[in-house]
Amino acid sequence: MDTKISNISSNDISSVVVRFAGDSGDGMQLTGAQFADTSALMGNDIATFPNYPSEIRAPQGSVYGVSGFQVHISNEKISTPGDDLDMLVAMNPAALKTNLADLSPGKMLIVDTDSFTPKNLKKAGYSANPIEDGSLESYRLIAAPITSLTKAALLDLGMKEKSMNRSKNMFTLGMVYWIYGRDKKHTVDFLKKKFKGKEIIIEANSRALKAGNVYAENLELIATTYQVRPAKLKKGKYRIIMGNQATAWGFIAAAQKANKELFLGSYPITPASNILHELVKHPEFKVKSFQAEDEIAGVASAFGAAFAGDLAITTTSGPGLALKGEAIGLAMMTEIPMVIVNVQRGGPSTGLPTKTEQSDLLQAMYGRNGESPIIVVAANSPSNCFDMAYEASRLALEHMTPVLLLSDGYIANGSEPWLIKTLGELPDITPRTVSKLKGWTPYTRDKDTLAREWAIPGMEGYEHRLGGLEKNVETGNVNMDPTNHEEMVKIRAEKVKRVENDIPELEVEGAAEGDLLVVGWGGTYGSLHTAVMSMSSKGESIGLAHLKYINPMPKNTAEVFSKFKKVVVCELNTGQLYKILHFAQPGHKYYKYNKVQGLPFTGSELIMRFEQLLKEEA
Amino acid sequence: MTENKKYTHKDMASDQEVRWCPGCDDYVILRAVQKALPEIGRNKEDIVFISGIGCSSRFPYYMNTYGMHSIHGRAAAVATGTKLANPDLSVWVITGDGDALAIGGNHTIHAIRRNVDMNIILFNNEIYGLTKGQFSPTSYLGQKTTTSPFGNTQPPFNPGELAIGANSRFFARISGNRPKEMASLFIEAEQFKGTSFIEVLQNCVIFNDGAFDLFNKKETRADNQVYLEHGKKMIFGHDSNKGLKLNGLEIEVVTIGENGITEEDIMTHDAHDPNPTLHFMLVRMKNPIVTGVIRSVKEMSFDERFVGQMKEQLEASKGIIFDDLVNAGQTYMLD
Repeated sequence: MDTKISNISSNDISSVVVRFAGDSGDGMQLTGAQFADTSALMGNDIATFPNYPSEIRAPQGSVYGVSGFQVHISNEKISTPGDDLDMLVAMNPAALKTNLADLSPGKMLIVDTDSFTPKNLKKAGYSANPIEDGSLESYRLIAAPITSLTKAALLDLGMKEKSMNRSKNMFTLGMVYWIYGRDKKHTVDFLKKKFKGKEIIIEANSRALKAGNVYAENLELIATTYQVRPAKLKKGKYRIIMGNQATAWGFIAAAQKANKELFLGSYPITPASNILHELVKHPEFKVKSFQAEDEIAGVASAFGAAFAGDLAITTTSGPGLALKGEAIGLAMMTEIPMVIVNVQRGGPSTGLPTKTEQSDLLQAMYGRNGESPIIVVAANSPSNCFDMAYEASRLALEHMTPVLLLSDGYIANGSEPWLIKTLGELPDITPRTVSKLKGWTPYTRDKDTLAREWAIPGMEGYEHRLGGLEKNVETGNVNMDPTNHEEMVKIRAEKVKRVENDIPELEVEGAAEGDLLVVGWGGTYGSLHTAVMSMSSKGESIGLAHLKYINPMPKNTAEVFSKFKKVVVCELNTGQLYKILHFAQPGHKYYKYNKVQGLPFTGSELIMRFEQLLKEEA
Repeated sequence: MTENKKYTHKDMASDQEVRWCPGCDDYVILRAVQKALPEIGRNKEDIVFISGIGCSSRFPYYMNTYGMHSIHGRAAAVATGTKLANPDLSVWVITGDGDALAIGGNHTIHAIRRNVDMNIILFNNEIYGLTKGQFSPTSYLGQKTTTSPFGNTQPPFNPGELAIGANSRFFARISGNRPKEMASLFIEAEQFKGTSFIEVLQNCVIFNDGAFDLFNKKETRADNQVYLEHGKKMIFGHDSNKGLKLNGLEIEVVTIGENGITEEDIMTHDAHDPNPTLHFMLVRMKNPIVTGVIRSVKEMSFDERFVGQMKEQLEASKGIIFDDLVNAGQTYMLD
């Protein structure tokens, strides 16, 4: 795997703080030191903070015997071992007990489940197993049987059990190396030198390192490094929320508000699966989560549930969206409301499943046969996933059309403070359920929005047939008449366009007019906001317009763009919104800034590009 | 719930002109369904027909119930969502051999495996009709079609083998020209809670005319088809003197009165036997073929399991509202 120094995959600060904690015999110092040395060799600045137990050999498994080693690595100059942990590795219950207070909710926690025995739990002072009692729910818990996996990897070496156990720190290090894209080579060389002549120990440790690395790869573990630093948080009650969790909750809220049952048809795929993981937990809100046999059945079952009157959604990532295209077209054609969530990852094809990218925008907009416009919206931060899932549901139910919600691996797995929203403070959602039978046909429309009236199986007198074949504009019967078809194509497009009357205007941050407007969409908001605000506060004539509604766009988009001399479109692809803007918003001078490395933008690279654009003559 | 209304077959027909080729067995199936529905004790607003793509899949347009003409191969998946969204509906899937066994094979086997309470009617004509005569997954080896001018080289599926292999709890087979038997079979299928899979041997007059003549035609039917009924002897033949007898791992055709064979020696059909071995042997028979309800074994349906589990959880967490969810666990105030 490619391991360039920039691969810390974080936001503008590009730094990561990891603490390894275990029993004093678990080799945590060596493990932490290897992580630090490898990172230094890859060009990072590092700062470390070892923390030994006061007793040299405190009783094994006790809280006094916990040894820790904290490592701070960064692309930029750093001077401290870091305050906020991004990851805690706890090799036993005592290590968890003594270190958990330093880990914020939403951050990554690796534990060795094999060490959470009743005996060790008791020694650490736990009355119940924290892995099982739900008390670790707010963390990104990776509960791995590290000891037994290490043993399994070394089984044929003929070693004693105790000796095999000593390599579990290398297994753990292998996992951490995968997550942060570190090269194993330095550590393998180190082991060869340190254990020179003891071939079996070199083999055991190198093998454990590789096994841990492969294990993390197979689990598709993703680093959580999302950081946004909004200027100032509003007063109120907060919780830390992860993007995919927020997405799931947004749908639950929307279903409750709309007085609908929520149906999810889904097939597991990285990095979207944990929306499914979250929703299966909530039958108490009448959430029906159906794990289907494939991506197509995921969307098809959601469509079937929507036809029967549920708020129906399907969740996926890029390759899955490709498979769902035909069924989304059917929902568009039959004007059935549903929401498709695409948590984007690096593409094309299987691509980079654990990395972030924004390269599915064109697929979201145009990835269906025929003239097939649908609403496309994008969440811009972990907490905004809640709002956009809610909004996608509202638009689907009120405008009778599929809505595609774009998220991405970066915000989906990232977390941030969320100002808690209760049901009462959310806007109303009024599904367009038909109420007057007289004169009704399946294509009776609202004259303003053009949304058709929804009759649901079980409703007496409204029995009707829908389908993928073109229908008569009035009766809804199958119709192949040329002019009727053209009229229906135009109505479906116009219906989506008129959604612009029902969405908020585009806001500008920084300068409201001037030299350079930065335009972005989706998960790049945190990076773009930080860069633009830092330049704007220094007096540069720069503003930011970040799009959450991509199809249709807010009505004032053209007006916002026209107030700037240059518009630079920044995306984690080769220029997909850039392409769309040329015909959706013509008449502006567009520049672009793109990155396709599976990584978010860093602040410094953005600022460099913006400064260059400000300097250049128009 | 309102009291069930009384219907005739005419109430079940929509105002749309039926557009299958003259002489197609699809007309027979449509009439049989329209005859069966008034007998199932359901209001028509609670009945949904969901189809895929192909000649057969135009079916929902001709029914005066709710209907969805979906996309190729996906009807079973769409219907699964419909049934889970509203388990009170009577859900019917209309599909063909290309739709259910080629492009939609995955959804078919998984619907059967889960045992979703719905009725799948497979119009098997052993050919692609709508796309003009290409071979299908049930076309026989050597069959000459638009895409196999020198004979089909792809060995076929036997839908019965496939269904029972996927743990089908209800499998039936019927000739496409026996409307009376068909209607009673559809009623039985609807009353069965679980996936009822019904293969109709449906003649395509244009591209594969006569494919089932030996089994379906009045003149030859009796000697080449055994219509099975639960609890009855497997006796057939023009003179009702032939029967099926188990001989080791083979089913053999014997004649009553010959070689000392008496009616006692003929097998009695047990459609309710949970062990599928004999059912599997029966559906594999080439001549005579067996028809009727071959397998009907009660087991909780998927929607019952699914809804049951949800009800349990709902009960266990009574009174919980959305605001409890967002306020649970770690929260903090910013002033």
